[in-house]
Parts: sequence; C-alpha cells; structure tokens
Amino acid sequence: MTYSTRPSVPLLGIFGDRLRGKKTEDIHAHDRAMIARANAQAEHNSAKNRLRIAMVLSTAVYVAIGLKMAALAMSAPIENINTYTPVKINGDRADIVDRNGEILATNLPGYSLYVQPHEMVDPKAAAQKLSQIFPDMSEEKLYEWFTREGSKFRWLKDQISPEQKQAVFNLGEPGLQFGKRELRLYPNGPIASHILGGVSFGEKGVNAAEIKGQAGIEFASNDFLSNPKNAHRELKLSIDVAVQDALENVLYKGMKANFAKGASAVLMESDTGRIIAMTSLPDFDPNLRPKGVIQGNDPSLDSRFDKAALGTYELGSTFKVFTAAQALENGVANPSTMLKAGRSVQQNGYTIKDFHFYGEQLSLTDIIVKSSNVGTARLARAMGPEVQKKFLGELGFLEPTSLELAEARRGQPLYPQRWTNLSAMTISYGHGLAATPLHLATGYATMVNGGFKVNPTLFQDIPDDLTRSRIISAKTSMQIRDMLRQVVTRGTASFAKTKGYDIGGKTGTAEKLNPNGGYYVNKNINTFASAFPMSDPKYVLVVVLDEPNTPDPKKRTAGWTVVPVAKDIVERVAPLLNIRPVYTPDLPMVAKVMNDG
Amino acid sequence: MTEMIYGSMSVPVVRESNSNWWYTIDRVMLSAVFLLFAIGLLLSMASSPALAEKNGLAEFYYTQRQFIFGSLALITMLILSRFSPTMVRRLGVLGFFCALIALLALPVIGTNFGKGATRWISLGFASVQPSEFLKPGFVIMIAWLVAAGKMKNGPPGRLMATLLTGFLVTVLALQPDFGQATLLLSAFFAIMFVAGFNYIWMFCVAVIVMLGAQFAYSNSEHVAGRIDSFLSADIDPYTQIGYAANAISNGGFLGAGVGEGTVKYKLPDAHTDFIMAVAAEEYGVLLCWLVTGVFGFIVFRSFMKLMRTGDHFTRFAGVGLTTLLGAQSMINLGVAARLFPTKGMTLPFISYGGSSLVAIGITFGFLLALTRERSTPTPIIQGITR
Repeated sequence: MTYSTRPSVPLLGIFGDRLRGKKTEDIHAHDRAMIARANAQAEHNSAKNRLRIAMVLSTAVYVAIGLKMAALAMSAPIENINTYTPVKINGDRADIVDRNGEILATNLPGYSLYVQPHEMVDPKAAAQKLSQIFPDMSEEKLYEWFTREGSKFRWLKDQISPEQKQAVFNLGEPGLQFGKRELRLYPNGPIASHILGGVSFGEKGVNAAEIKGQAGIEFASNDFLSNPKNAHRELKLSIDVAVQDALENVLYKGMKANFAKGASAVLMESDTGRIIAMTSLPDFDPNLRPKGVIQGNDPSLDSRFDKAALGTYELGSTFKVFTAAQALENGVANPSTMLKAGRSVQQNGYTIKDFHFYGEQLSLTDIIVKSSNVGTARLARAMGPEVQKKFLGELGFLEPTSLELAEARRGQPLYPQRWTNLSAMTISYGHGLAATPLHLATGYATMVNGGFKVNPTLFQDIPDDLTRSRIISAKTSMQIRDMLRQVVTRGTASFAKTKGYDIGGKTGTAEKLNPNGGYYVNKNINTFASAFPMSDPKYVLVVVLDEPNTPDPKKRTAGWTVVPVAKDIVERVAPLLNIRPVYTPDLPMVAKVMNDG
Repeated sequence: MTEMIYGSMSVPVVRESNSNWWYTIDRVMLSAVFLLFAIGLLLSMASSPALAEKNGLAEFYYTQRQFIFGSLALITMLILSRFSPTMVRRLGVLGFFCALIALLALPVIGTNFGKGATRWISLGFASVQPSEFLKPGFVIMIAWLVAAGKMKNGPPGRLMATLLTGFLVTVLALQPDFGQATLLLSAFFAIMFVAGFNYIWMFCVAVIVMLGAQFAYSNSEHVAGRIDSFLSADIDPYTQIGYAANAISNGGFLGAGVGEGTVKYKLPDAHTDFIMAVAAEEYGVLLCWLVTGVFGFIVFRSFMKLMRTGDHFTRFAGVGLTTLLGAQSMINLGVAARLFPTKGMTLPFISYGGSSLVAIGITFGFLLALTRERSTPTPIIQGITR
C-alpha cells in the first residue's frame, strides 16, 4: 500500500544544501509532502480501479436480471398451475372396429372439471352458477367444498361436454380448472354393449387419465388397447355392426311381444366360429355404464349381465339333437330306425313324460321332429352315460367357451358330479346340464358344418383353423341337417317357415331353475337353435327368451314364442349377410343329396 | 502560544448555501429517485387494492399510506442531502447508535406480526423496523472507522469495523433476519474492497461467511426450504417463486393489461416483496426493464461520482450506501426473476412499507449529500504513510 518509489533526496544533496546554507527541514517537509501526495494519488487510483470493477460487476448483475426476465417473458405460462405430475399417464387407447372397419369404440379429446378452492374469487357465486350448469350438483355442497379450510384441490366432474366446458369457462372463475381427458366414445350407443363392455378411469391426473377396460372386450383386451404402441392401430372384431343392430332390434321387439324378462341371441359363422352378432337384453349404453346394484341382482334384469356368453341355462330339447347325433355316429340307429317311445319312462323312481303322446314307436327323425322326451331318454339310457359325457365334452359343453371375453371364461357349464343313467336321460333332452347360449351355438355349428369342432371367437383377423378336429362324420352332419329342417317344415318350429330362406333348427322349452332348489312351474327358458340356409348352413343362430309371459300359458313353449322371433331375425339378417332368397319347393335334404349322387 | 501570537490560521470555509445546493446536487440522480417513487405509486394502485379488500380497508388505503410515507422519505432525503460530509458522519453515527439500541431492545419491546420473526416496534399509528434504520448508520460507522484507520496514528479501524460487522450480522441472523444481515455484509465487503484490502484477506472473510450461511441452512428449516425450492428443477407452482415466475410469463413483454393481473390475489406480499411480479404481469417486462435500468443507472452513476472524490470517508460511505441500495434492488429483482432463492426484501422506493421507505430516503439523502459537487477536486492529504 505504501508508495515509496520516489527516493529521498540523496544524502550528498543534503550536505550540499547545508553547505550552501539552505534549511534542510523545509526540504524534508517538501519531500514528505510530495511522497504523501503521491501515495494518496496512488491510493486514489487503486480505489478508482476497484470502483470500476464494482461498476462492471453490478452492471453485469442488472443485465443478467433483465435477460432472465426476458427469458421468463418469452416462456409459455403454465396455464394449469397444477400440471406437476410425477408419472406420465397414458390416456391413449386403440380404436375398436367391426369386420367392415366401422368404428365401435374410439377416443375423443375431452375435459374434466376440478376446483382449486384457494384460487377462487367468489365461491358463493361460483357454487350457485355451477349448480345451474350441472343440475345434479347441489349449490350447498359445492359451496361447502369451495370454502373448506385448507382445501386446495377437488375433482368435480370426470367428463364434461364441450358446451358445459364453455359454460363453466364463461363464469370467469379462476379457481375452476379443466383437465385434459381422452374420452372413450361408443358412437353406436348400446349396440354390442356386452361385447364392448365399457371403461372407467384408472389413475387420474390433471393432464390425462388412464382409461381402464371395465368389462367386455375393453377389459379382456385391455393390454392391447392401452399399449401406447397400438395407439394408432385398431382392434378388429368379427362383429358386423349392421347385423348386430338388426339382431338387437328384432330381438327387442320379440322380447316385448312375448313379455319376456330378457333375451339373448348368438349369430355365428358355422365354419369358423366367428361371432357376427351377439346380444343380451336388456342392454346398456357403454358410454354411461351403469353402476351399483340393479334390480336386486337378478341376472335376468341386470342390464350388465351377459346372458349370451356368461349366463348358463338348461336349454331343453335343443339338446336332443346331440343325442340323435351320438346315436347316428355310434351306429345305434339311422334316421328312419323305429325306436320305442311310449307314454312315459321310469328310472330310479322318476317318471319322464312327453308333452303329448306321440305313439309307442317313433323313428329317430320323428323323435326329434316331434320332440319326444321319452324316446330321447330311452335312447340315451341305451347308449349309457359315459359315452354321452364324452360326446358332450368333445362338443365343449363341460368347460367354458374359448370366446375372448372374461365373462365367457367364467361361463362354466353346470352338470352333475355323478353322471348316472338318470342324469344321462335328462341331459339327453336338455335338463340337468346348464350351459350358455354360446355353448349351444358352438355345438350346433359342429352339427351342421360337416362335423368339425369350432372355437367361438370375436376376432376377425385370427387365421382359420386348418386342422380342425372332426367330431361327427359328414354323413351324420348331413342327416342332422335334414332332421333340423324337418323340425321346421313339419315339427315344433313350423313358425320358422319363411319364403326364400330355408331355416332348420330345434326348439327347446325348459323350466327355469329355481336358485332355491327345484324348478319354477311357469317360468320358462325358450330356446331356438337354428342354422341357415339349410342347404349349405353358413350361419348358426341361437335365440333365447327368458321367462316369456304371453297371456295364454299354453302358448309359452318355444314354438309359439321364440321361433317367430328367430324367423324375423333371419329375414332381417340374411339380406345383410348377402344370402339370396331361394324360392324352390321344399325337398327332403337326404333325397336331394341322393339326387346329387 | 502560537495562536496567541500569530492569531488563528485562516481556514477556507466551503459555503454551501441554498442557492448552490441546486447546482451541486446530482439532479439526474434526484430525477431517477422521483421516477422510481412515481412507478412505486402506480404499482401500489395495481397491487394493494386486493390486500385492502382482504383486510376490509378502503380500496386505496395502502396507496395513500405509501404516498404519505414516500413524501416523508423524499423530504427526509432532501433535507439530508443538504448536509456536509462531516454532518453526515455525525448524524449517521448518532443514528446508528439509536437504531442499535432499538434493535437490541427488540426482544423486550418488539411486536411479532405473526410472520415468524420479531422485527417491529409498534408505535400505534405505524410500526418501525429498527434494522431498516440501522443500515445507513452502519455504513457511515464502518466508513468512518475504516477511513480513520487509514490516518496516521489512527485507531485500528479495519479490525474494529470487522468486529462490529460480525457482531451485528450475528444479532440479525439470530432474529432471524438473514436479508438485512446479507445487506450489511454486502456493504461491508464493498467498503473493504474499495478501501483496498487485499484479496486474500477478503477471500478468507468470504469463506467465513459461507460457513455461516451453511450453518443457517442446516439450522433453519425456513431458509433450507426456500433454498431447496429454488434449487429444484421443477417449479412447484404453489411457492411464491412459482407464482412470480408464472406472472412474468403471463405478462410477456407488453403485459396482460392494467387490472388484468391475478398474481396480486395469490401472493401475500404482492405489494412489497413481489411488487415486480405484479408489474410484469400487468405492464409487461418492459416496465421491469425500466425499473432494473434505473437502479442500474443509479448504482453506476454514484460509483462514477465516487471515483472523483479523494476523501476516504466520502468514498467509503458512498460506496457502502450505494451497495445497500444496489444489493437490495438486485436481490428483490433477482428473486422475482427466479435468479435467486426467495428472500423477503423490499424494492427501494417502489415497495410498500413505511420503515423501508423512510430508511431508503435516509440512505439516499446521505448518498446525495456525499456525491454533491465540491470545490475540492484534489485529494486531501490526511496523513503521511511510509
């Protein structure tokens, strides 16, 4: 710090000065003054330099602040203040389409509504106006939410429409905020509702919410649909939405006309097992899937219950066809073999009777055509329970179907633990074994498609099974087709006669199982299992009415109730399936085959 | 004896009359101060009605009070600016001791406004924050000590100044008032820096300060939370920083429009510590730039002025006062711009606050007094050092 570059006056100089008589004190004083002045000047310079450094530094800080402000001003404001979500939630979901590419389920960008009470300007007015926009929310409750101490966040609505969003936006309340949502939309409403199922929101964030399948294919194929890789792909179902719509319409009218509690139907490709249409009534709108307990958990009335793929029923006389096929296949009888029938048959103290008396002896064909319980039961007893169980097992009646719905996988048929002679006799005409209508359709597909096992499926794009296992011979299948056709032309399903389409099928009228034991007396499950066109059965149609309640109790059999409905369905659906009506006189199928050579 | 024989030595008297006050005062700086005060009133009108409404007061209650206190501050400033450096020194030292006594008496007579620290003395119509008034006096005191230490046979000024600063910073940190402690330290360092103390010594003191800061961080959840919040990459939008940063983004360069801002409803300190967030949201970053520029200009200009003076005390005191102003404005603006962690610090002349306004008036009055043009362009020889 000390400035001392200026040397003191040389000693010699001082001596010289003294000799010349000058006052050395003045010189010294002058020197000291000069040194002090120089030191002060130097220190001043040093201070100036340091002040310059301070100026540069402070200016730099102010410039940095200005630049940072500019950077902030150019950055996009964080619109939703609550965007901080630690995990990215994937709200995307693949579309579901039918076999022709028509959209069954898709996503729409939408909004949810939430509130940040601490940011509200006027909670009272907001509560009042919001309750006007959403009549299901009470003003008092909203106000209580808005003014709750320490409350910072609350969901108000999971989904709101664009109109509602605009209305809320117009309130100008900063505490009411919108969260982005992908909304799952089913443009066809309730059509194919049980197949599609529906979704619910899983993990919810402000920017997105996870969509989770709740039932149906949305649930069963959730992994595929929610995988972000598949967001721009689509899941193609074997459903034809036009056919599905027609089926549901006609079935609904039939259900109402017969005063039934419920109804279901399955339309399947008999060769491949692909489901073209499948429905269960009453149904629901998957856009607004119902919640909670409905109608006391009665599956007949719960719209969410899938009667076609999940509900198991004793399907009655439709099973006689399997007994007949078993007999034909085992060589026990041919269609014209006369078999003992009679008024009744006893087994273990039980008596099995017919609806009417059909004669002491009936041909196998007539047993089916007239639907004789006694004849079928005797035939089944003659063949034995083991053979029957094995045969029904091959047809898939002992385990759930392979349909790609979680509901179908739970459709486990019910059958007796000990498969006795009596069991065999009742099962031969469809009592004592409960299966789903889908099981029945699958079994009938085998009956009419030349004898091949089919696995029901909802997917259009799975390859056809080329190594299908044969269960009955082509000849047996042909003979069964002839019988089924005769049931319509001269048997219990005569109401299925229609010009242009040769339907064949078997009726089934079963008393409904009482969950508390035994059977209800006047509650029936009416079934018609059919195939068309019978000359070359491409499609299997099973229609079931749950508790038809027509005014005349004697007309509550399948032939009176469900057969006309099935006929109407075929008339509506066949043109959609590109089947041309053929106007030729009825010919017995076997004769036709013989004529063909 | 000498005086009896020869009479007193004639001493040249520098006359500082009313007439030459106008010509010696730094009028540009004065204009800058009035500009800041005007901006402060404008922003008060924007920011304080929200608070007044919340507290059930008249709409412009806080604006009126700001005008009254601001006028008081400006008058104080003008009066003080008339004084000579010697008078400044005497007044400053006197004020320092008064404020020190008030500060030390705080635990006994202070009022806690529920903000986590006892910093105020309530006088009924207004409350006084002694630490605000301590600052200008402190700077004068330190400058005096250091300047005296430079004189031949002077007191050990450097040591005394260091000890005094250490004591005061400790007292303030215990209050706890880390903001004021930071300002005192900044002023002390600036004075030491300009006084020419070597870099190694300053580095050592800086290390001690860092250790102290580390101690504060690990012993005060309040401070630690704010620093953690600043260091985290994602802005938690519910912190004050989050609101402020969002307000600046919202405003953009030209602002959302007068009365269109929302941050004033969200931030409790919108009219004091986060006044710049309100300014940015409603008037845009352009106004923020203006304010930042004016502060930068004031600091730059007073350093320029201080380069001319040869008087140690004047230079040191001027540097200390400028640093007080500069550091306070830098911290306030930097916090709003998310450059620093949240630190409650008013923006000189602009933020609401009686004590703060009057104390800034005193600070600036002293500074104006010290930077006046004087007829002593050459360095004054105060002593000889070898």
